[in-house]
Amino acid sequence: MPSSELEIDESQIDFSDIYAKYSVPEPAGFECIVVVDGAPMVGADKEQKLIDKIKSLFKNIGGVKDAVMPMDEGGKSKGYLFIEFETPAQAKAAISAIDNYKFDKNHTLSGNAFDDIEGFANVTETYVAPPTEPYVEKPHLRSWLKDEYARDQWVVMKGDDTGIYWNNKGEMPDLVHSRPKWSDMYVSWSPKGSYLTTFHKQGVVLWGGPEFEKIVRFAHVNVKLIDFSPDEKYLVTWSHEPILMPNGEHHHVIVWDILSGRQLRSFPVAGAAMKAPESKEKGPGATVKIDWPMFKWSHDSKYIARMTPGAEGAISVYETPGMGLLDKKSIKIENLKSFEWSPTENILSYWTPEPEVGNIPARVTLIKLPSREIVRTKNLFNVVNVNFHWQSNGKYLLARVEKAATKISRTHNLEIFRMREKDIPVDVVELKGTENLTNAFWEPNGDRFALIALEGTVKINVHFYEMNSAGSVVATAASKKKEGGSAAVAANVGGAKLLKSLERKGINQVIWSPKGRIAVLAGVRAFQGDIEFWDADDMTMLAAGEHYTCTDVEWDPTGRYLVSSVSWWRVQQDPGFILWSCVGTQLTKQSVPQFKQILWRPRPATPLTLEEQKAIKKNFKEYSKEFDVVDAKETSKIDKAVLEKRRALWNDWVSYRRRCYEDWTREAELRGEIIGYDREDDARQAVKEIEEFVDEVIEETEEIIGDASDDD
Amino acid sequence: MRPILLHGHLRSLTRIRYNSDGDLLFSASKDNKPCVWYSANGERLGTFNGHNGAVWDLDVTHNSRYLMTGSADNTCKMWEVETGKCVYTWETRTAVRAVSFALGDEKALFVTDATMGQQSTIHIVPIEADPEDQTSDVLRTIVVTGAKVTVAVWGNLNRTIVTGHEDGTITEWNPDTGAKVKSSKNHEKAITDIQFSADKSHFMSSSKDHTAHLTDSKTLKVMKSFVTERPVNSACLSPLRPHVVLGGGQDAMDVTTTSLKGNKFESRFYHAVFEDEIGRVKGHFGPINTLAFHPSGRSFSSGGEDGFIRVHHLDEDYFEFKYDEENFDDLPQL
Repeated sequence: MPSSELEIDESQIDFSDIYAKYSVPEPAGFECIVVVDGAPMVGADKEQKLIDKIKSLFKNIGGVKDAVMPMDEGGKSKGYLFIEFETPAQAKAAISAIDNYKFDKNHTLSGNAFDDIEGFANVTETYVAPPTEPYVEKPHLRSWLKDEYARDQWVVMKGDDTGIYWNNKGEMPDLVHSRPKWSDMYVSWSPKGSYLTTFHKQGVVLWGGPEFEKIVRFAHVNVKLIDFSPDEKYLVTWSHEPILMPNGEHHHVIVWDILSGRQLRSFPVAGAAMKAPESKEKGPGATVKIDWPMFKWSHDSKYIARMTPGAEGAISVYETPGMGLLDKKSIKIENLKSFEWSPTENILSYWTPEPEVGNIPARVTLIKLPSREIVRTKNLFNVVNVNFHWQSNGKYLLARVEKAATKISRTHNLEIFRMREKDIPVDVVELKGTENLTNAFWEPNGDRFALIALEGTVKINVHFYEMNSAGSVVATAASKKKEGGSAAVAANVGGAKLLKSLERKGINQVIWSPKGRIAVLAGVRAFQGDIEFWDADDMTMLAAGEHYTCTDVEWDPTGRYLVSSVSWWRVQQDPGFILWSCVGTQLTKQSVPQFKQILWRPRPATPLTLEEQKAIKKNFKEYSKEFDVVDAKETSKIDKAVLEKRRALWNDWVSYRRRCYEDWTREAELRGEIIGYDREDDARQAVKEIEEFVDEVIEETEEIIGDASDDD
Repeated sequence: MRPILLHGHLRSLTRIRYNSDGDLLFSASKDNKPCVWYSANGERLGTFNGHNGAVWDLDVTHNSRYLMTGSADNTCKMWEVETGKCVYTWETRTAVRAVSFALGDEKALFVTDATMGQQSTIHIVPIEADPEDQTSDVLRTIVVTGAKVTVAVWGNLNRTIVTGHEDGTITEWNPDTGAKVKSSKNHEKAITDIQFSADKSHFMSSSKDHTAHLTDSKTLKVMKSFVTERPVNSACLSPLRPHVVLGGGQDAMDVTTTSLKGNKFESRFYHAVFEDEIGRVKGHFGPINTLAFHPSGRSFSSGGEDGFIRVHHLDEDYFEFKYDEENFDDLPQL
C-alpha cells in the first residue's frame, strides 16, 4: 500500500514509553545556589561588610549574582549565607573553593550545594554497617621467578600484537601470553617486573600474574609517560592533555597509589613542554621532548622531588604517601639547573651556575634529606654545563663538567665525589682539550666507568677508567683548603686510573652488563649498528658484531644475554632483533614484520645475602651440573628433531622426483613427436671428441751459429 | 672464482637466458639492444639492433638458430642468431611483455601489455621452418581479463601456458581452446618470474611480496617457499643440485644512498628441499632483475638494475657441500 494513503491520527498513538525513555529530569532550580556555612555571626552594622568579604572570595570564579545572609530577630546573622551564581558550573567550582576555607582564626567556612542540604537533613539515625567485600585472591605477581630453569621473559610488540615469551637461548621462544591490540602505544615493565603497563586513550592499565590479568587501571586521558617508584608502590603519569581543576589550574601529572588504585595528588606543570606531540611515532620517548622523569623518586620511594629551575629555583620534595610538601616548604636554590638523587641514600646532588653579575662561583652541592644538611659543596669556574652520573651503589658521584675555555671552545673534566669516605673527597680527571665528552657510564656495582668523547667531527674515543681504592688517594684535605683554584684541583688527579683508550667510529653507547665486567660498545639510532663486547677485567675485546640500523640494545636482568633490536617505530626496513650471548656470540636473528619493541622483564633484587651469593659462586660447578644435563638433553632433542624432519623432507622429495621421472619417461614418445626428432639421440651424436691443441710460445731465442773457419 | 662482469648494456637488465647447450648467454635490457655473449669467457658475440624501446623478454630456439624478443616499442621480433639480422617483426598494439618458444619450436607465444585501453593478450603464433615463409597469422589469441600478465611460459608438452600476474596469481591456460584451466593466488604481490625445471614437473615463481615458491606444475600447489626481506625479482633452479637461487633487493626507487648493506642486492642460495639459506653471492650495486642457471648446473648468471651481468662459475667446494641427510644417488637423473 503506498504510504500516501496512510492516515494516522496522532492522538491515537501512545507515546508514553518514548516520553519515559527520553524524559529529562526537571532541574530543581537551585543548582546555582551555594550555602556557605560557618561564617562569623555579626550584627547589622557589619552585615554588608561580611557579605562583600565573602563575595570577594569568589572573585576568581566570578558570576556571583546575589548573596543573601539571613538575620535573626535580634538583628544578628545566623552564620550562613546563600550565594547565587550564574551557572551551575560556577556554583560547583565555588563549593570546592570555599569548602574548608580558613576565613579567620576561629572560622572555617564550609560550602554545600543548596540541593544537597535537604538530603543532609534527612539522614537516618541508625547506623547501617557497609557490607564486607568478599576476599578475592589476587594473582601471584612474581610467579615467573619460579620457572624451573630460571629463564627470563621478554615482551614483544609486533604489529598490533603484544606477547610475552620465555627466552630459550636462541631456540624458538615459548609463548607465555599474547593479546591483539593490548596497548595503544607502547608497553613497559615496572622496575621489579611485577607489572606490565599498557597505554590506552583513557589511561594506563597494569597487568600481572601468570595469566596477565588486569590488576588495576588509572584513568588519565591520553597518558604518554609513566614513572614507577622503585618499590612499585606508586606511579606517576603524565599526559599532554590538561585536567582542569576546580581552582582553575591545569594539571598534567598525577601520582597514584598502585595497591588502592587511588589518585594521591595531581600537579600542574609549567612551561612549553605541554604542547601536544606532533610526532607520528608512538615509541617511548618519541612523543615529546620533555624532561622525564619530571618527578624523581628517592631510592626508598619515601620522597618524590621536582625542581623549578631558574632564578626563583627550588627543589620541592613531597613525602609519600600523603604527598605533602616536606616541612611544608621547598628548598629554595637560586639559579638551580638540575638535580639528581643518590641511588642508595636520601642525598640530592644539584648544581648552580655562575651568575652573570657578581663574583660567585658555580657550585655542586650535596644535600641530605630530610635534615637539609649540606654535606658537601664544590666550587667550579667557567662552567657551561654539569651532568650527574651516580654509581649504582651510591659509592661515587661523577659530575661531568663542561667548561668554557674561551668564548667558543670548551674543555671537559670529571669531578668524582667519593661518597663513602670521610669528608667526601673529590677526584678530578682532566680530558684533552680537544675532546668533547658526550656521555659517561658506570659499571653497575663496580669501580669502573666508561667515557665517550668526540674528537673533531667523526673521531670517537672510548675511555675506560677505574677508581683507585681509598688508600691511594692522598692530600684530600689540602686540596679542600685550596678548593676553587684550578691549579689545586689538578694536584688531585690520579684518583681514577685510565685503563684503556679506544678509537672508534660509530659508537655512542656503552652498555654495561648488570653483573658488571662486560661492557658492550654500540652505535645505535643515528649510527650503523656496530656492536662490540669488551671484558673490562683484562680490557680485551671478546667479539665484534653488527646489527645494521639497530635502535635499541638491552641486557637481560641476569647479564646472560643481550638483545639488539631495530624498531619499526624508528626504522621501517628490516625490523627485528638479535639475541647475543654475554660474550658476543650471535644466538639467533629474527626478522619480524612491523616489530616495534622488545623489553626484558626486570627481576627484583635477590633475597640472598652477599655471603650466600659468594657460596654459590664458589660451588658453581656443583649447581651447574644439573643444568648442564638439562641443556645437553634439550640440545640433543632439538638436533634429533631437526635431523628427523630433514630426513622426512628428503624422502618426500626423492619420491616426488621419482614420480616425476616416471611421467617424464612415459611422455618421451610424445615429446619426440612434438620435437620431431629424438633429442637424446641427437645429444648422443653430438658428443664428439674434439681435440684441441694449444701452441704456446715460451721463449724465442735467436742464435747465430758461428763460422767454423774462425777456429782456424 | 672471480665472477666475469659483462658490461655491454647501458641500462638495467630485464632478462638473461642461456641457450640449451649453455655456450651462449642472451641478455635483454631497457636499452634497445639485446646482446649475445660466450658464457665461458664473457666475450660478446654481438648485438641485435632494431628495437626502439626497452626489451622486456627474449627466448631462443632449442637449436640456437633464432632469437625472439619482445619490446616496449610495440613489436616482437625474430632474429637470426648467427647473423644478428631481424628476420620477422610482429606489430602489436601495446608493449610486448613476455615471449616464449614452445617445445619443438614450431610455435611461440608473446604477451602484449594491458595499456591504452587494451587488455593483456596472449598471442600464439606458428613459427615457420624458413623465416621467409613467416606471416602475421595467429593460431589463437587469448584475452586475459583481470590482473595484468607479467610473465608467461609454456608448460609441459605444450599442453598448457602458465602466466604470472600483477596481483600474485598464477594461471594455467589451455593453448588449444584458450580456456583458463587453473588459477591459484599463491603470492600477495606481482609475480616477477617463473622458471621451469628441466622436466617441467615443477617451477619456481618469484614475487614482489618478498617470497619465492617452488610449485608443482600439475596441481599448482606450493611445495616449498622461500622467504626474504626484500622483493624477489627472479628465482631459478639448479639443474644439478636441489638448490634454488633468489635475486632481488630493495626496489631501485627506495634504495638508500648511505649504505649498500641495507639494500640486500645479493643472489641468495637456498636448499630446495629444506628451505634453508645456504649461501649468498654479493656484487651487484642495484637490485638483481634476472637470474639464470647454466644448463650444466656448474655456473649461473645474474643481471642487475646496475646494468651489469655477472657470470659466476661455481667453486669446487660448492659441489662438495652436502647435508648428511641428503643422498644425491637417490634422485633420478634425467
